[in-house]
Amino acid sequence: MIYYVTSVALILIGMYAVLVKRNLVKIVIGLTIIDAGIHLLLIAIGYVEDATAPIFSMESLTANQMVDPVPQALVLTAIVIGLGVTAVALALVIRLYDHHKTLNINKIRKLKW
Amino acid sequence: MRKVFAIILLGIFGFYILSTILLLDFGKRSNNVGQHYLETTVQETGSVNSVTAIIVSYRGFDTLGEVTVLFLAATGLGGILYDKKGKKRKLQHASLIVRVTSQIIYPLIILLGVYVFVHGHLTPGGGFQGGAIIATGVLMMFMSYRTFETNHTILSWIESIAGLTFVTIGFTGLMLGHTFLENFLSLGTPNTLVSAGIIPIIYTAVGFKVGAELTALLDNMLKTIK
Repeated sequence: MIYYVTSVALILIGMYAVLVKRNLVKIVIGLTIIDAGIHLLLIAIGYVEDATAPIFSMESLTANQMVDPVPQALVLTAIVIGLGVTAVALALVIRLYDHHKTLNINKIRKLKW
Repeated sequence: MRKVFAIILLGIFGFYILSTILLLDFGKRSNNVGQHYLETTVQETGSVNSVTAIIVSYRGFDTLGEVTVLFLAATGLGGILYDKKGKKRKLQHASLIVRVTSQIIYPLIILLGVYVFVHGHLTPGGGFQGGAIIATGVLMMFMSYRTFETNHTILSWIESIAGLTFVTIGFTGLMLGHTFLENFLSLGTPNTLVSAGIIPIIYTAVGFKVGAELTALLDNMLKTIK
């Protein structure tokens, strides 16, 4: 239960950073915090009480003692995609800084809301 | 004003998302698909790690797309940061302690990365994780030796050959069997290194590809620092 609340809190903190912060690097950090929240949420949904990792490393382990592997596989995909998004976003930030000599989006014209 | 507006908006959003999610029981098995995978994965794929079996075997086509997305991100980053002059990084080394230590640790980190992706079907690990570990080793060398260079031609060759291996294995499965990425090798005994058919081969290819891509990506980003 606490995992659900924490992960939603992480998502909201990240969205707050994206909406309110003026520094482009902080906005990218907000995006990664949203990512982390979503990953935690998916893993928490797949959790089964008193269960272990879904690896049959010992003969005695049975399928009933393991957590759901599907969300874990999806989160592995999501982490890689998140990495790609963060890398491209940071590259754009570097280019914007080169062009405008500032990271404040209020001072970069045509980016206001 | 903007902060108040954002907090109200996020409050509404958070309330609805939380009230939906709290309907799910925490710690209960809610998904029959996962249970099916757990029960059949060792017989069907020979891989003891169910997550690896799902990623490389059941959803192998999805992983091919994922690798493509990572490739696109690296290419896009290279395109955005492209500079005709080809800047050099500032030539200032880190302290002696950092340099000596990183020289000792660097091969060990590469070894750990290779271990992680070769044992992807036995232990918690795999191509993406192993590739990321290799890239962190190279990042450490970039940080401690400012003159440390990577050869972009070799990196792109590694990347292309690894990607081609993945697609070739997929098409071989199509030719010898019925579907793309079908397992055409023998499954072997579970829990041994040479088992699970094509899964370790694909994960090794993914490991090389991710390692080379992330290294090129880090190099591109570091070269923009003035």
